[in-house]
This record gives sequence, C-alpha cells and structure tokens, in this order.
Amino acid sequence: MPTLRMNVLKRYLRNTLLLGAFLSFSAQAQLQVETYGVGATQIPIAISGFTNEELAPEMVSKIIKADLNGSGYFKVLNTLGSTSETDTVNLPDWKSQGADALLVGSVQKLDDGRFDVRYKLYDTNKSSTLLAFAIAGSSQYTRLTAHKIADAVFEKLTGIRGVFSTRIAYVTKNGSNYQLEIADADGSGIQVAIRSKEPIISPSWSPDGTKVAYVSFELKKPVVYAQNLMTGQRTLIANYKGNNSAPAWSPDGSKIALALSKDGLTQIYSVNVDGTNLQRLTNTSGIDTEPQYSLDGQSIYFTSDRSGGPQIYRMNASGGEAKRVTFTGGYNITPRISPDGQTLAYISRRDNKFQLYALDLGSNQELRLTDTSDDDSPSFAPNSKYIVYATEVNQRGSLGVVSVDGRTKQRLTTQAGDVRNPTWGPFMK
Amino acid sequence: MSSISTKLALVLAAAALMSACSTPKEEVKAPVAEAPPAPAPVVENRVVAPVVAPEVDPLNDPKGMLVKRSVYFDFDSYAIKSEFDPLVSAHAKYLSSHTARKILVQGNTDERGGREYNLALGQKRALAVTKSMSALGVAAGQMEAVSLGKEKPKAAGHDEAAWAENRRADIVY
Repeated sequence: MPTLRMNVLKRYLRNTLLLGAFLSFSAQAQLQVETYGVGATQIPIAISGFTNEELAPEMVSKIIKADLNGSGYFKVLNTLGSTSETDTVNLPDWKSQGADALLVGSVQKLDDGRFDVRYKLYDTNKSSTLLAFAIAGSSQYTRLTAHKIADAVFEKLTGIRGVFSTRIAYVTKNGSNYQLEIADADGSGIQVAIRSKEPIISPSWSPDGTKVAYVSFELKKPVVYAQNLMTGQRTLIANYKGNNSAPAWSPDGSKIALALSKDGLTQIYSVNVDGTNLQRLTNTSGIDTEPQYSLDGQSIYFTSDRSGGPQIYRMNASGGEAKRVTFTGGYNITPRISPDGQTLAYISRRDNKFQLYALDLGSNQELRLTDTSDDDSPSFAPNSKYIVYATEVNQRGSLGVVSVDGRTKQRLTTQAGDVRNPTWGPFMK
Repeated sequence: MSSISTKLALVLAAAALMSACSTPKEEVKAPVAEAPPAPAPVVENRVVAPVVAPEVDPLNDPKGMLVKRSVYFDFDSYAIKSEFDPLVSAHAKYLSSHTARKILVQGNTDERGGREYNLALGQKRALAVTKSMSALGVAAGQMEAVSLGKEKPKAAGHDEAAWAENRRADIVY
C-alpha cells in the first residue's frame, strides 16, 4: 500500500514539475523531488479536486496534495472528482472513509485576467468549517497561491506554521559553470541569481528574503558580496587581505557576521550591511569561523578549533568569552541554530563519515539524521521543523530535506551537474 | 690606397687640366678658393651598433627552480616539509630582488570535510608559505595568503593520490 501511494505521489510530483518547467525563468531542468518516510502521527485528510482548476496554469489541488503529503504530517487520501466550496458535502460520510479533514475549492477567471481561488477546510469529526478564504492573483502566482493554501491548512491542523510558500537558495556546478539559484521549497520555479566561471559558496539569506550574501572566487580569492535579488545589484561586503567568507545576517538585518583571515588566521568579525564598521569578535590563535546568529540576535554560534579539533561554541553577539556546546567526537562543524532556539544542527565526522546531527538543547539529546556519509551545509526551515542540507549520492551532489525528528525525508537532485550549499529562505509577506 | 687621396688627386688633376685649357686673357687671376671636398656618401664599415640581449626572466626559465610554484602538504598538516625549502628560498630570493613583484599564495585542501572549515585550513597552508618567505626577508606588501579550500581541486579523483595532489599551496605571480 505505501509503495502504491509513493508511486502515485511521484507521478503527481513529476506532473507538477513538468508543468512548472514551462513557467520556469531558467532553461535549466527543475529539481527532481523524491519523498520517503512519514512522521510519527499523520492526520488523514481528503483533498478534492478544485472545480475549474484546469483554467489556471497549474492544478492547485495537486500542488496542495503534494505539499501536504511530502510534509510527513499528513496522509492524503485518494479522492475522485472535484468539489467546490459552495457544494453541499456529507461530512459524516467523509469521516467514515477515514478523513479527519476535507479540503474543497474552486478556481475562477476574473475579468482582469487574474485567477480567484476559493477554498474551504472542514472538520469531519465536528462537522464544522475550519477555514474559508479566497486568494486572487495573476496567473504566474498560481503555484504560490496553492502553496499558501497548503500553508493555511497545515497551520490550522498542526498548529505549526507551514513553509510551502518559502524559497531556498543553493549553488549548482556544471563543469566550470557555477550558478546561485533560487527555487520554491518544492524545487520548482527556479530563477538564476548569478552565473560565474568561478566557485560560489556559503549563500545566506537576508531576514526579509530580498537579498542573498555569498562568497565568490571570481577575484581568485574568497570575497563576500550581498546581492539584491530583485534588482541584481551587488554590494561588496568584504575584500580584506586574505580570505573573506562565511557571511551570516543578523536577525534585525543590520549586520553581517563573517570569517576573515586579514589578521593572520581565520577569525570572526561583523560589519554593517553596507560593509562599514568592521568589528572583531573573536581573538584566538586557532581557526574561528562559520558564525550564526540566534534568532533573538543575542548570541552567535560558531566553529572553533581552539581546543584542538573543530567544535561548536556560543558567544555573545558582541564577542567575548565563548562556551563550548559540542563534546561528542573530535570534529563538529557548521552549526545552525533553529529559529525557535530549541535545536542545534551540525555536521559531525565520526568513523570517517560526515553526517548531519541534531542536538536538542533542552534535553541535550543528540540524534543522527542521515545515513549518507558526505553531508554539508545544513539550514533550518523558518518553522524550525525541517533541515535542508547538501549531500552526495552516486558521486553527485544533491540536496536532502529531513524533519528534525529524522522521520520524513526528501531528496532534491538536478538532471545534470551538482547541487550544493542550500540555505532555506525566511517567511515572506 | 685611400679612396679619399685618389679622389683628391683626380680633382687636382682635373683642376690642372682645366686651367691648362683655358685662354688666359689677363695675367691677373682671381684666387681660386679651394672648396672643401663634398662629404663622401659612404657606409662606415667600422661602426659597431651595440645590442642589449633580452634578459630571460628567471621566473620562466624552464631549467630554474622558480618555474616550480607548488608546495605539497601531508594530511591535516600545515608544516612545510624540508624538501620544499629550496623552492621557498628561491622564490623568496627572487621577490627580494624584484620588489615590484607581488604574489598571491593560494592554499588548497583535499575534498574531505566542510567547505568553510576547509577554506580556513587551506589558509593555514598559504600562511605557512608566506611566513617562511617573510622570515627570509620578503616584504609583507609583496605577498597575500588566501585559500581556495576544496573548491578548485587539481586532481579529480577520490583516492589518496588525488587527495595528496590537492593538499597544496600555489604561488601565483
């Protein structure tokens, strides 16, 4: 049974991705998504086709089904036909078919050319209406509308904010061609932010989701730029003598923390977002790098080998004394703190494997999240429930998404070349 | 026999002949000022034009030490092995005597490990080279130590041979 569902899911995803390919701004193929594993508890939900949804460029109910199915929190029941938000529904009947919730809706084309999508979410247990809304938007926003509906359903039924309408940034490499790309969280809608003949690494989103900072090797050494995604304008953040790397935005958007080797070995500094007001935050005789602000802006987590091998530490955002956070194994790097402050994700080398781990900061319990052996660059979804990371499968770079409990997994691959360095974008208005 | 004296003789002879043929009407002759001989348009075959041979830049001398630009490192190590001391000294000597020259030293690591941490490790390799050169007298302003981490491997394989090739600092002029 699970196998059948997986094939059905894959077909949905493939169809969705194919549709997406015609709308993509890039000639490049979409990221192919495979989902496997399910969460501890799944809410059974019936999602009907939306009436007249074939009028819009995308089938919204299919996108919503794929989103909720891939989340691990839902079991989407197969349904036939379409039901609009004005149709009469037999909720006890749906309940007897195993659904705890029912989503129905319709699509209409408005006079101005935009599409009006209406939906209703029912609770079959209480025979009540949970949500009833309409979203109107021009045709190129059909996918986004579907993702927003999925987000609303997800939050209503789980209490957790959905991330289906968020975006990810990542780097692709095809021979000597590097690209920084922005895609929807489901891998479609790829747009190319920058193309280069030299490597790009360590992209980092601004808190408002309009800019990405990254390290470029176009000047034959690592240099940090911040790029406005809408205008393409680049600001040079740091090109000091030596290395300039590991940019991380402060949560209020005013500063960028970075790793600079201008004074000899690699240490952590911060600058204002226009590149001025350089401040040094660490002062050790080893390597201090990979700074990451906590969401409240008060602390910075970072990698340091001051005690021998690289471990993760935490210090005040203005620098000073640091407290060690990781103690298992001799090599723990690339710290990422969840927005809710509860989980620390990092890469640990054990038995010559580099794998993604999550540390519950409350219970101090550590959990290995992957079975691959070359993991890198973890990044939390803004709802703190998922981590996207880079890994290697069949000697090709691909991305993985895993839930913080390790149960739900996705893999995202390109058709050609390697994908690496993913970073999950913020909630946007 | 000098061509000049021959010509002089001819000129004198011609002058004598011409004065012999003319009909002297009067005894008083205007004094004939002897014009200096016209400058002889002749190529001087004793001139030597000096040529300065182009200096072969020792940097590009295929037989010299300076064409070697790479220092290799052991795993997890940033120490320059003694076998590379002559290479480092040769470049240090060149830079000391060519103070307008500048180098970028690019450190690299093998593919294992995180990208940012490896960037910092590669930096340690580049720094080892620039520190050695500094100790040999090269000015800080002539050198910059940077890292490419594991981003630009020279060898594409996934075995020790490839990894050893990639644990490297390159001197770039």
